[in-house]
Amino acid sequence: MSEYVLETKNLGISFGGLKAAQDVNLKIKKNEIYGLIGPNGAGKTTVFNMLTGVYQPTTGTFYLNGEELRGLSQEAINHKGIARTFQNIRLFNNMTVIRNVMVGLHNLPEFKCNPLTTVLRLPGYYRAERAMRQEAKKLLEIFGLLEDRNNFAFNLPYGKQRKLEIARALATRPKLLLLDEPAAGMNPHETEELMQTIRFIRDNFDMTVLLIEHDMSLVTGVCDNVTVLNFGTTLAEGKTEDALSNPEVIRAYLGDDE
Amino acid sequence: MLNTIIDGLSLGAIYALIALGYTMVYGIAKMLNFAHGDIIMVGAYAILSIMMINAPVISVILAIIVSIAVCTALGIVVERTAYRPLRGASPLAVLITAIGVSYLLQGMAQLIFGVTPRTVDFKIPGNIGGIPVYSIVTLIVASILMVGLTLFVKYTRTGRAMVAVSEDRGAAQLMGVNVNAIIAITFAIGSALAACASIFYVMQIPKIDPTLGSMPGIKAFTAAVIGGIGSLPGAMLGGVLLGLVEKITQSIPFLSAYTTAIEFSLLIIILLVKPSGLLGKKRNEKV
Repeated sequence: MSEYVLETKNLGISFGGLKAAQDVNLKIKKNEIYGLIGPNGAGKTTVFNMLTGVYQPTTGTFYLNGEELRGLSQEAINHKGIARTFQNIRLFNNMTVIRNVMVGLHNLPEFKCNPLTTVLRLPGYYRAERAMRQEAKKLLEIFGLLEDRNNFAFNLPYGKQRKLEIARALATRPKLLLLDEPAAGMNPHETEELMQTIRFIRDNFDMTVLLIEHDMSLVTGVCDNVTVLNFGTTLAEGKTEDALSNPEVIRAYLGDDE
Repeated sequence: MLNTIIDGLSLGAIYALIALGYTMVYGIAKMLNFAHGDIIMVGAYAILSIMMINAPVISVILAIIVSIAVCTALGIVVERTAYRPLRGASPLAVLITAIGVSYLLQGMAQLIFGVTPRTVDFKIPGNIGGIPVYSIVTLIVASILMVGLTLFVKYTRTGRAMVAVSEDRGAAQLMGVNVNAIIAITFAIGSALAACASIFYVMQIPKIDPTLGSMPGIKAFTAAVIGGIGSLPGAMLGGVLLGLVEKITQSIPFLSAYTTAIEFSLLIIILLVKPSGLLGKKRNEKV
């Protein structure tokens, strides 16, 4: 077992001549909340896309608990234990809230049933479906979405859609949760609540979280460590306060004085 | 008149079965499978081949089973070999490939069976009150299949995964849904329904030739678009509507020559009034 839940080694990708990210070296320990920050276009979401198999890295590789995942398909990476949310919410809009979560659950070993049981509708199939529904309800309750379970996802207010995305990602029972700008569009009060949710997930789901965020109050509020990216390269890394007070970082965010 | 309506409904049910294949594949794989009509042709030749065995009842049952099995397998093979390698390619490339597959299937049928139309006696005989029994059987079986499909999509985990893939393929994949498997299942179901359609089709029109699939294929595609492509109830509604229009216009003397023209005009009118089709969802493009 590796010391780190997630470790990336010189991870990088270029599109044609553009190096969207290069030499990204993340080391994230278990139960850590880790921030990936930087100005717009710094390559943060690109890193997420590499970690979830959407893009294949052109250089470097990454490990989840010591196991190399580079080159696996998106669903295989999810099965190995990385789940994510999206910058612009991507729920299954025309499905109900509970069915959104059930899609996330359907690969878990305890709800698996062999094709014969499924095709013949043996009692085992219904048992698995019922268990799945129960599990989905439990998750929805944690996120205060139980009341909304039969509503269509697109009918939910924005804040609840964000929560549902997190619930759906957790349903796949990941070892590492990637949150892409979870506080985007939230007011300070909602952001405060979100911070509690993230800590709650870490404590109760024994989770390790890697998040992208522009909202500095959230970053300083929950992140133990951060990596700052700019133009695809690492500008600074380490303890949140230290990295954020790094003059290079301040310059990247605010520009030069001259 | 009742006769005409039953005829129309049963022809419509055949179109609906085919249209479901178009609409499912479009909704889930986001492609137009123009080779779908030719699956019906393959199903018809499968029936013909088995019916050449001279054993009355057994060959009929065998013909049904073989035709469904062959079409289902063909659907999976075509998806695996022709479309899967193009996943992520431009929609135009996939469309052209589908047309290529269509010609390939027709060419192969020509090679094996020749171009001369063959006839096959594959009809349930008899009629009830002037209505042919096969029409009634078509209507009943097709209705059962359509209800079955609706329940399957609504209440099974595979159905759930299918809806998820059609909603957002990327997100479904990242939630661990095996998209390739889901698309393969979609093609299998679509092709199995097309096989059922071919069984009923040769009962109505027992003439089999390599281009047999084009016309019902195009009609069913029209039905799917009229109903709103991507929508299962839409495909059923569109199919039934088109079948009714076809049989009713055929029964009116001065309109019968213009049946096809009327059907396609209907498509144009509906698209003008409601571009997303009767039951199609309006897609809000994200900016």
